[in-house]
Amino acid sequence: MADLTARDSFAGTAAASSASDDATMRRMRRRGGASRLGWLIPTLYILFLMLPIYWLVNMSFKTNAEILGPITFLPAEPTLRNYAVIFTDPSWYKGYINSIIYVVMNTVISVAVALPAAYAFSRYRFLGDKHLFFWLLTNRMAPPAVFALPFFQLYSAFGLIDTHIAVALAHCLFNVPLAVWILEGFMSGVPKEIDETAYIDGYSFPRFFVKIFMPLIASGIGVAAFFCFMFSWVELLIARTLTTTDAKPIAAIMTRTVSASGLDWGVLAAAGVLTIIPGALVIWFVRNYIAKGFALGRV
Amino acid sequence: MNKTWNNKAWFMVLPVLFLVAISAIIPLMTVVNYSVQDTFGNNEFFWAGAEWFEEMLTSDRFWAAMGRNLLFSGIVLLIEIPLGILIALNMPKSGWGVPVCLVLMALPLLIPWNVVGTIWQVFGRVDIGLLGYALREVGVDYNYVSDPFDAWVTVIVMDVWHWTSLVVLLCYAGLVSIPDAYYQAAKIDGASRWAVFRYIQLPKMNRVLLIAVLLRFMDSFMIYTEPFVVTGGGPGNSTTFLSIDLVKMAVGQFDIGPAAAMSIIYFLIILLLSWVFYTVMTNYDAASDGERRDG
Repeated sequence: MADLTARDSFAGTAAASSASDDATMRRMRRRGGASRLGWLIPTLYILFLMLPIYWLVNMSFKTNAEILGPITFLPAEPTLRNYAVIFTDPSWYKGYINSIIYVVMNTVISVAVALPAAYAFSRYRFLGDKHLFFWLLTNRMAPPAVFALPFFQLYSAFGLIDTHIAVALAHCLFNVPLAVWILEGFMSGVPKEIDETAYIDGYSFPRFFVKIFMPLIASGIGVAAFFCFMFSWVELLIARTLTTTDAKPIAAIMTRTVSASGLDWGVLAAAGVLTIIPGALVIWFVRNYIAKGFALGRV
Repeated sequence: MNKTWNNKAWFMVLPVLFLVAISAIIPLMTVVNYSVQDTFGNNEFFWAGAEWFEEMLTSDRFWAAMGRNLLFSGIVLLIEIPLGILIALNMPKSGWGVPVCLVLMALPLLIPWNVVGTIWQVFGRVDIGLLGYALREVGVDYNYVSDPFDAWVTVIVMDVWHWTSLVVLLCYAGLVSIPDAYYQAAKIDGASRWAVFRYIQLPKMNRVLLIAVLLRFMDSFMIYTEPFVVTGGGPGNSTTFLSIDLVKMAVGQFDIGPAAAMSIIYFLIILLLSWVFYTVMTNYDAASDGERRDG
């Protein structure tokens, strides 16, 4: 129909013909782009992803008697006891506070030191820049298992074992390189002319950086901060090695409960659900950047 | 982007250098130190030279863990990469489905790794887990605690569950960057669905796929927490991967010398892989820069 009108009205404007192109495009996409049952594949995949999570949430609202009894697909007598245990017992909820403290410390440190470095990498060439950039990457890729024991000895030497700052600094090993790489990716997208114009206008470097440059890469800073937060939040091996009681992360407290003799499955499930929530809360804001963050800003 | 030569930029990199040096170089030096020394306690150390390296490189235990790890990485890549491409190709391109898919698919990526382990440990148990229960009902004799094959299946399915989304998201990012004009041209030429995939989508996903393969290989090569929580490396040693073996040796048995030697070998492999990753990245960056300048 659109084709017809475009052809008939001899003075068919550019607008009309592009509209018809769009229509063809849409039709074509529907036919050629994905098969009719294409939606089925992502749906099945999401179902597969949600099933174990559903089971965990399901368990967290059950009593232990029900968990250990015959399988039920919904809690027969929903209970909040498991969550109540966590929120009233300091040895449980302190774990969350500890995790959040060191994760936030790490995020702030990582982004703060990464900002100037990323700017240097994106704007200047200097002696050894490529080697340095590569060396940073190797730290992001380094297996935590290699570093667990030396970290323990290093931080014991400084008397920092079981402090939040020790974990925050240790996680800088992989988070600082990550932040530098992500920020460098975003900064390289800002044209250099902006810097030059600002200098001509008489801005000093710090003022330019804070007033003009940082707002331009605000989304990049957000993404870098999110990924530092996330990787520090999900890491356990190093965090567990460096802490004993006062700064023990929630994830480590959970494993301790598993290995204890009296298994409290309900509380374990509730604790697991609570560790998923921070990620689930912020995921909406970074949904378009997740691939970029995991690929070190290189997509 | 044309960059100006300015060695003063070093000052901006100094904080990062300082911080990462503390957490990377000093611990790494300690490891190197241990790898060439022997101790009988009391903080007395003796020069051992390359002894530990020889011991490691000739030990069955190391090569067995290495073999298991390579097998694991291989299987995981073979499943996750094609599956990720398939799902990415069928993701909605516009409308409300896009954010829903992105958010739900990314969820497993943000779960702490030991919680991932816990979720699957519970999910697979025959007495209280949905998966184990369902398999038993169907008549499959499944028990990941005692059967090595079942343990492997559980660990692999868990990794697919955990990380396939990363491949999907990367491929999807590559797919949406393909201009509509390409599809239009293919349509005019009467290209088949397969031809569109083979000659338009795959070449355009080339770069992200390479990143996906490298990231997945490296992360699966260092995997520790998830299988440790689920199987603890067992039954026997059947799921003891390199990192698990390393921690067992260093913390469990306190064999610091061999553990340090193993760390160094391990680290060198990672270094080599990182170098491949870096070369790929910078080559592609340079190529796309050139494209932009020419176009």
